[in-house]
Amino acid sequence: MIGLPLLYVLAGALFGAVAVRSAFDRTNRKRLGNAAFWGLMALSLLAGDAIGDFGNGLIVLGLAGLAGFGLVGRGAPVTTSEPEREVLSLRLGNRLFLPALIIPVTAMLGTLAWNYTPLGEAGWIEPKRETYVFLALGVVLALGAIFVWLRPPLLAPVEEGRRLLDAIGWAAVLPQMLAALGAVFAAAGVGDIVGSMARAAIPEGSVFLTVVVFALGMALFTMVMGNAFAAFPVMAAAIGVPLLIEDYGGDAAVIGAVGMLAGFCGTLLTPMAANFNLVPAALLELKDQYGVIRAQAPTALLLLGANIAILWLAAFR
Amino acid sequence: MSYLPLLGILIVVAGFALRLNPMLVVTVAGLVTGMLAGMSLPEVIAAFGKAFNDNRIIAIVWIVLPVIGMLERHGLQQRAAALIRSMRGATTGRLLLLYLAYRQITAAIGLHSTAGHAQTVRPLVAPMAVAAALAHGPLAQEETDKVKAMAAATDNVGLFFGEDVFFAIGSIVLIQQVLSTYGHDLTPLQLALWAIPSAIAAFVIHGGRLLLFDRRSSSSVAVAASASPAPVDRVEP
Repeated sequence: MIGLPLLYVLAGALFGAVAVRSAFDRTNRKRLGNAAFWGLMALSLLAGDAIGDFGNGLIVLGLAGLAGFGLVGRGAPVTTSEPEREVLSLRLGNRLFLPALIIPVTAMLGTLAWNYTPLGEAGWIEPKRETYVFLALGVVLALGAIFVWLRPPLLAPVEEGRRLLDAIGWAAVLPQMLAALGAVFAAAGVGDIVGSMARAAIPEGSVFLTVVVFALGMALFTMVMGNAFAAFPVMAAAIGVPLLIEDYGGDAAVIGAVGMLAGFCGTLLTPMAANFNLVPAALLELKDQYGVIRAQAPTALLLLGANIAILWLAAFR
Repeated sequence: MSYLPLLGILIVVAGFALRLNPMLVVTVAGLVTGMLAGMSLPEVIAAFGKAFNDNRIIAIVWIVLPVIGMLERHGLQQRAAALIRSMRGATTGRLLLLYLAYRQITAAIGLHSTAGHAQTVRPLVAPMAVAAALAHGPLAQEETDKVKAMAAATDNVGLFFGEDVFFAIGSIVLIQQVLSTYGHDLTPLQLALWAIPSAIAAFVIHGGRLLLFDRRSSSSVAVAASASPAPVDRVEP
């Protein structure tokens, strides 16, 4: 069966190849730091299940140390120049979009076919992971198409991948670090403390203010944890279920669904949600690492207000 | 109840506010929180390592980078920009509005992982949005960054407020499980249905901002053009 282990090997092979090429990039003063950083990621992906929890913990400390003390730089893989790209773009024309579309189209058609045709019953793919598997298939197909059509140098995929990974830098690893931090927070009982504090903030007897505290609590605790999934069980246990649903008779479906979406407004506002907010800033090479959050803030705040209104109007019809 | 574990949150907030390196901030916050909660140092390191390992799925998306990089090498961003320049009436706001609708609809039918910052925003959406803005005149670096940031923001808003309309997604399952432990049994479909009003609100609010973004940027470009005919930090169109 095709599933996550194979995908980890694929990603691990990419990080490994990037690490090896980094080690020999003499244009980068910090080349050994880059090699070690991407090498540790390769180790985690290829052998994470074999080296034990403490071993993985040491990988995490290594990654944090290399990134935190500025030991990771930026290589200069050989690529085309801006004017060359303008010329290529004119020569190749709109056909250039086709390989770019192979990945999303393969992922989309594959997922649809897997779920809505008898194909899915074949059971070749790990359940719930089919989109990732088809995404990977799309990557392989797109690479094949590019090689057949454009005949680039054999190492070009690694070098171009390295160019982009070095541009993103440690931000590529941060989302996983934050997910791990969330787990440590949960184990330390942070959720219970926040829940009891939110409960203490509620004025007696006002349905509307209880709705407001619930929604704001979801957004704020999501900002802290970087993830509405961590906030929802806490706020549901503290306010959503005992007060809104049971005491005030609110509609459970509305409180559950819109409560979660109030949390998503918090996700738009926090650097803790690194893969949505900091990674794209790095990927798009923005000067301000909080640029994406700034662009989202007005939407997030207005939408939080809208969600409070929806909760209040729809749950207590 | 001891409030000591909250110190970890304080470290995170202070660290991000002071713009210290997030990788260090997160590690220190995790170690401190775990130890304040009574774990030994090796236990905290192991807990951190286990959670890191359990979340490796986040790293899989980077396998698209070689493809994106190879296409950039052959002029994909320039092509995306040229396509937008060839369209009359294409503006940053209208283009992103279209992408917002596309992202919400595909996420709502369960195709949330088919687009994203690496797969679509960097190679296609951001260069198209910048090209559409350049049609109204040159942009300073700061303004280019604003357009790119808005492209990324649009992807996030579309994803977050589309995906919950799909009933077989993790967050819907989580809501259902949490509420059922308290004896409130709901079907995923009921929950997905109540994600629709917020999805519409998101489209109206963010879509409205995108259309305003056009108006504001065209007036600011006009002002900039009349005030200083040759901006120093100019990006070649």
